[in-house]
Order: sequence, then structure tokens, then C-alpha cells
Amino acid sequence: MRLNRRRFLGTATAATAALSAPAVLGNARPRVVVIGGGSGGGTAARYLASDSNGALDVTLIEPSRMYYTCYFSNLYLGGFWEFEDLGHDYGNMAMRGVNIIHDWAMAVDRDAQTVSLGGGGAVSYDRLVVSPGIDFVDGAVPGWDVSQQSKMPHAYKSGTQAQLLKAQVENMREGGTYAMVAPPNPYRCPPGPYERISMVAHILSERNPTAKILIVDPKANFSKQGLFEEGWNRHYPGMIERIGPDFGGDNVEVRPDDMEVVIDGMVESVDVCNVIPAQKAGKIAELAGLTNDAGWAPVKPEDMRSRMDDNVFVLGDASQQGAMPKSGYSANSQAKVVANVIRGELTDSRIFPARYANACWSLIATNDGVKVGASYEPGEDEIESVSSFISQTGEDAELRRQTFEESIGWYNGIVDDIFG
Amino acid sequence: MTIKHLFHACVLAGVPGVALTQAIPLGDPEHGAELYQYECAACHQIGEGAEHRIGPHLNRIFDRRAGSQEFDGYSEALARQGRDGLRWDFLRLDAYIANPRSLVSGTNMAYPGLEDAEERADLIAFIRAYSDRPQDIPEAAPTAFAPEVQLPAEVLEIEGDAEYGEFLSASCTTCHQRSGDHAGIPGIIGWPEEDFVVAMHAYKQELRPHQVMQSVAQRLDDEEIAALAAYFGGLRRE
Repeated sequence: MRLNRRRFLGTATAATAALSAPAVLGNARPRVVVIGGGSGGGTAARYLASDSNGALDVTLIEPSRMYYTCYFSNLYLGGFWEFEDLGHDYGNMAMRGVNIIHDWAMAVDRDAQTVSLGGGGAVSYDRLVVSPGIDFVDGAVPGWDVSQQSKMPHAYKSGTQAQLLKAQVENMREGGTYAMVAPPNPYRCPPGPYERISMVAHILSERNPTAKILIVDPKANFSKQGLFEEGWNRHYPGMIERIGPDFGGDNVEVRPDDMEVVIDGMVESVDVCNVIPAQKAGKIAELAGLTNDAGWAPVKPEDMRSRMDDNVFVLGDASQQGAMPKSGYSANSQAKVVANVIRGELTDSRIFPARYANACWSLIATNDGVKVGASYEPGEDEIESVSSFISQTGEDAELRRQTFEESIGWYNGIVDDIFG
Repeated sequence: MTIKHLFHACVLAGVPGVALTQAIPLGDPEHGAELYQYECAACHQIGEGAEHRIGPHLNRIFDRRAGSQEFDGYSEALARQGRDGLRWDFLRLDAYIANPRSLVSGTNMAYPGLEDAEERADLIAFIRAYSDRPQDIPEAAPTAFAPEVQLPAEVLEIEGDAEYGEFLSASCTTCHQRSGDHAGIPGIIGWPEEDFVVAMHAYKQELRPHQVMQSVAQRLDDEEIAALAAYFGGLRRE
């Protein structure tokens, strides 16, 4: 017997009918506009254009001509990768039929279904995908705002900030102190700050072994904590100190002009200070009226559709969806669901039930890689984790090396999936 | 005693509160010795003075990590699975002998597999005698592991829905490169459909190690696995 159930026909047409009619009349192709060309928006644009074979008019609005991934920028910081290794251009995406506008999206008129551009003019859409990443919460760390980012870099959006932080670490005085003000939950890339600590420790233990690392952390616990702490004790004994909320890590102020960090009233002089403030959805999501009081854009778990507007989808770090961590992998995974749904609604192609996944690899020291990940499904109100895995403490060196090599394989895979 | 008794014992042991304390009867090692000469000896030496030849010698193979001897001929696929935690216990040896590629797709072992479960049990009983203290060798824990990748014929006959597979493949191409390149993570472009199906079920049944793949496979039903196999099987490397 041959089994071949076409199970999902029908859902597409039903969903489409409930929404505003796409511009399928006449010769006009339905229009999809994507704001943000990172792992979420870039993936969505590519899949929408490739899979629809020209049936959709797909426009990507992204100010940068080169996209530098935030993920693996820590490897650059640790001296394992070159800065250029992080950069990807949009040439292939254009060749796949995505109309790319290198400009800022300034505002969204959701009634008129248009996005206005920094350089003037506007583009209209039948469906809008918003994937702007994060912005920092004003006043989250007293004494710090973006005007101080050259003195105290955040280095949490990759690009030049990562270069600046690397230069500061490498030129730190002998025996100096590198301080990190870690962010409260939720924030992008949960293991990211702690992988960064590992990479800074790696550099310092080679170039400046009497230097110290101080983490000021408002969180009681953090991602892969057992794995990181085991690795820090093994590879960088005595170098790293972490002050959690029980010792005032949640009460911190910085003084960029004096290079001081004030922890629960105690003044510490530091040489490099990496401030990673509390985060919220990228500005355009807020301007478009898609965010809630918490600063994130709430979405429906089955298809990442905005709870504010049925014609709008929010992807990746900016979205509030439930259990998935804010990561490039998550955004890539969500984008594929969104691309499938939008294509189904606008071209009557098949819509399949959502499935989501995430994995995060981190490097602790040379060839010492660890990973964490999970599979996700839409629940009643939010996306829920259905199974998870994590590297174990005490794993042998061979397995850790393989995990690191796997992470390189993953990087090559995901950037190929977006920009290839 | 036949291999079937062994599996019955496992099933019984799975009842809460019943511990598996008695030794599990294995196959007939004398018949296994004959089979070894015919099936294995051309490539694998065993016994006193055994050395690596075309394949590694098989002394003390039980409970050893796969691909862990000083032998140059291991495939990257086998070495990778060894690092991921593949150990040669009874169930995995049995699965490997039944169909090497179902357990390790990229294995260098050019052996088509031994279909008859009783013959495999006999063969393993013979090989087992050349491992340290064979009387103490722990059998695989009586867990939910299937003895091999047991796939009913109708599962292999499912005609994969390649269009659905293309949608599902999005979860794969985050890691497995679309180009088919395989540095760090194996390429899966253009795999024969049946190999793909068997491999995914082996992950699903946790016969193959690797947490990410086990997690992925456990969420896929038979039709979804067939759909993915149809999609990837129809692709060619760029």
C-alpha cells in the first residue's frame, strides 16, 4: 500500500479568507516587505523569493550592505576568527529575486499598509515581516547610554563595536581589569556574555596573564552555567570573578569618564568595561505599534503573527513568543514557518504546521565547545519546548573538539541558508 | 537458546520492579565460529596475536567506543559516532552486523549485512568470547531500545511527499549545508532514500548517538521521515 496523505490542503484557503485580500487582481503580484536583513528577515526574504518562483514581490529593507553576524563575533574577539569571516553581503539574495533596499525603515502605516523609508518614499505591502533585532532600554544601566559606547562598548550588535572591544582588550594595561555588566533576562543569545568572558579570558591568559575579569550580573543563574564555570576553573583558574544579585550585581552604575563601576555603592576602577544593557525589540517594532509594555512584540505561537495586526509577522529577537531563546538559529527557524504561511496565504501554496528548533554552541577555550538546544511546538498561548539537550560536564576532550567543529559546520550551514 | 529469548527477557525486565539479574543466554558460539570464518575473517582477525588488517581486529570489542583503536582505516562517519558516544554493546553490534549502513551511513565496512537474527546472535556469541571477562560483560540495559532498526515493510514503502519534505528540510538546512559540504556536520544531499529513512529511524530509536539528531528525529513521524528522504534524495550536490 502506498501512503501519501495530503494532509494540509485546505488550511491555506481557510486562513486566507479571514485576512485582507492580497493584491492578486490584474497583473500585480502580492507584495511582501521584510524589515531587517539578519537571520530572521534574511531567511524569510530568501525563502519567500526562492520558494514562490517569482509569484511574490519580495522587498527587503536593510540599511547595511554587509551583514556582520553577532554569533561567532566572540570567536573573533578570542582571536580564532578574522573579522571578515563574520561578514556577508546580499548579492546572492538579490540574485534569488529579492528586491533589496539599503535604507532605514522609518515608520509603518498599518492602515495604509506602507513602510516609509529614510531616503524618502514608501513601499506598500500585503504582508509585512518585521525582524529588527534588539535595541537597548534607555537608562537600564545608570551612567550609560549609547553616546558612551566608544568608552564602554556594548559589542552586542557585532560590527564596529566588536572591533572596538577587541582592541580595548588587547591593549589593556598589564594586570588590568576587564569588567562586564551582564544584562537581565530576556536578552539576545543567552550564553553570549559568558562565551565572551571565556574568549576574553583566552586572550588575556595568553597576552596578559595577571589581568582580572569581573562580571557584574543581575541574574542569579545563567545559560550553560555549570559548563562555563567548570571550563573557567579548568582553563583560567583564578582569573574570573562573578558578582551575582546576592552581592549587589543587580545594583550597578557606571562612570565612563572615570572608568569606574559602582557595585552596590562600592567603587571599582576598571580598564575595560563592556556594558550589555537590558534589551527590547528594535525601534521600528515599537514605532509600528507592535510592542507591549515589556518592550517586545507579542506574536501567536502557531505562525509568529503579530497579536496587534494579522497582516504583520514579527521574527527573531524582537518577538515575544514563549520558550524559544533569542538567537540566530531561532530566528532562522521561525522565518521558515512565516515564509511558508505567507506564501500559502498569498499564492495558495500548502501551509504546514509549524515546527521550531534552536541550538546554541559556545566555545570555552581552544577546541572546548559545548552546546544546548531544544525543539519547540506551538502551545495554546505561546511556543513551548518539547525536548531539549545540553552538553555534560566532564566530557572528554575529543567530544568537545567535535562539538566545536560541529559549531563551525553549523555556522557555515546557516549563513549558506540565508546568504548563499 | 535463540535470540528471541533474549528479547523476551528484556521485555520482562522492563516491568517496574523486575531487575534483570540472570545472565542473558546468547547464541551458539560454535556455529558463530563457522560463520565468522565465512562472514568476517577476510577482513577482521580475532584471537591471540590478532592484528589490524583490512579492518581492525575484534578482540575486546565489547563495550569499546567505536572507532577508538589505533587503526587508520576508520571512516570519518564511524569515528564521529564513536566520539558521539557509540559503544559496541550487544544491541549496537547486532544492528551493525544486520546492516552496517543503517547504523553508520558512511562506514567503510563493505559488508552487506547478515539478515538472520539467530545467526547474528551466534556470531556475536563467538566474538564475545574474545572480550575481557566475557562472563561479566554487561548486556545492554533493558531500556526501550529496539534490537535493531526494526522497520515494518510498510514504513519503507511510504512514498515520501517531497513538497512537504522541502518544508521540513528547513529544519535540517540550518546545520546541514545546502551545498552538500560536510565539514563539521555531515552532508545529506542526495542520500539514497532508504538509507535516509533507516538512519532517521535509528536516531529516533536512539540506536545512533547524537543528541541533536535524536531530538530532531523524535519529532518526526513515519511520513515526515519519508517526506524528508524523498526531498533530499532528489537533490544533487551543487
